[in-house]
Amino acid sequence: MTLAEILTSLFPDGHAVSVADGLVSGDGPFRGARLAVVGVDGNTPLGIEGAARLSRLVLDVVRAGGGTPILVAVDSDSQRMSRRDELLGLNEYLAHLAKTLLLADASGHPTVGLVYGHTAAGAFIATALATRVLVGLPGAHPSVMDLPSVARVTKLPLDKLEAMAKDTPVFAPGLDNMVQTGAVQGVLDPARPLAPQIAAVIDAMPAGDTRDALGRERAGRPVAQEIAAQVVREAALG
Amino acid sequence: MSDRITDPATTSWYEASARARLDGLLDPGSFREFIGPEQRRMSPHLPLFDLPRAFDDGMIVGAGRLDGQAVLVAAQEGRFMGGAFGEVHGAKLVGLLRAALDQKPAALLILFDTGGVRLQEANAGETAIAEVMRAITQVRAAGVPVIGLIGGRAGAYGGGGLIAGTCSRLAVSEGGRISVSGPEVIETNKGAEEFDSRDRALVWRTMGGKHRRLTGGADAFADDTVAAFRTAALRLIDTAPAFDLATLEAEQARLEERIARFGDCRDGTEIWARLGANDPAAIPAMTTAEFDALLAQIGETTHDAR
Repeated sequence: MTLAEILTSLFPDGHAVSVADGLVSGDGPFRGARLAVVGVDGNTPLGIEGAARLSRLVLDVVRAGGGTPILVAVDSDSQRMSRRDELLGLNEYLAHLAKTLLLADASGHPTVGLVYGHTAAGAFIATALATRVLVGLPGAHPSVMDLPSVARVTKLPLDKLEAMAKDTPVFAPGLDNMVQTGAVQGVLDPARPLAPQIAAVIDAMPAGDTRDALGRERAGRPVAQEIAAQVVREAALG
Repeated sequence: MSDRITDPATTSWYEASARARLDGLLDPGSFREFIGPEQRRMSPHLPLFDLPRAFDDGMIVGAGRLDGQAVLVAAQEGRFMGGAFGEVHGAKLVGLLRAALDQKPAALLILFDTGGVRLQEANAGETAIAEVMRAITQVRAAGVPVIGLIGGRAGAYGGGGLIAGTCSRLAVSEGGRISVSGPEVIETNKGAEEFDSRDRALVWRTMGGKHRRLTGGADAFADDTVAAFRTAALRLIDTAPAFDLATLEAEQARLEERIARFGDCRDGTEIWARLGANDPAAIPAMTTAEFDALLAQIGETTHDAR
């Protein structure tokens, strides 16, 4: 789905969401109140200016209060890769954006990530992965790094990696693999209206972080949950 | 290399192993490891790539004492897989942060030494980084400072840079580097004209410890010794900011101001000159004492909002 199709399905009576420089912002009517929308569109890389603008929007929602939920819609590139972005501290800008989303959620503004295109690496962590629940749409393609780049770093032939990727979800790009690791809770149905589907996601939000439990159930991250639980148990023995 | 330290005042943090750093950082004999290497909880994924595994997966977590105070600690071993986040590696830190919510230690310390996500376990590593960041904000909101110490050979790159930016306070040394895209990644994707990764002085001016401290990306600059990091950690615990709207509003203002003031700068030296350094070219060679004096003279390098 394109962003325009998503917004039409989400807000059939119209909305005030717009895109400027690849950054998504605005809101629309939702369950008798508003749903705030922020995000990245058009496979846009996320740099310091973009991150600062998105975090300001999120803080505006938190400051206004009222429990307005926030949808983080993402079709981005990776973080913007440049000397200038790193010179000015891109890690702080991306971390700050993630922190504003985490603060929003902790302050009673349910946060839902929606990946509908590409997203990768630091841009993924700072946006969609910083929400309480992340869902995807068919055709979305989240990744950490594309397979040719993985081949270069791991010094393994691309055809071997492609064969391995068929059997193991833990390293290969793609929505299904992120579902199996538990990072993406589920995939929405583009043929049905999105508003009730997003509402259902919000109503069923888990209180804690259940991504490692999902990863275990789905066999994409077989041991993370038990490792974390064991650390908690051993710490309690002190 | 030995994992025990005889003299923290002369032992290089950069050269030390993760275990040696913990040995010298904490009160003597106080460290108790969780899921120690004897349990051999190794990566379930690396054999697929015919790669050797480590008994601790390059992440050491446990409890100890720092000047008598109970702390939880995590240390990354940069010499194993570049300290990168895999499934077990990341889950140990997630578990430690969850334990902090129960234990309420005086602080949780993260000894960073990481290139970011371990590509052989990319999805698990990326997800773990997201879990770590959420857990850090919960630990901070519960009143426990999360202090990052950055001075290892692998730096704090990729998702490690984002986790660092989520901590309450950061101490960094000369050799510590903090960034998202590393020099090699930028050069590979954008060309050597954008970033010549072999130009070590450029790397240092762009993402090194002094630059981060000068511009507010870190809160303390430490000598490259285990003792100096211990001193810095103790000081930072007492100045950790709350995790709330006021802090993030102030950080928003801080980051916007940085773009407004320095957004047209092409090099670290231009930024340092604009900050008021009389001789920016001399900064790379400054001793810690000289650098501290410069920080005091500039007088605007206290950045509470993080």
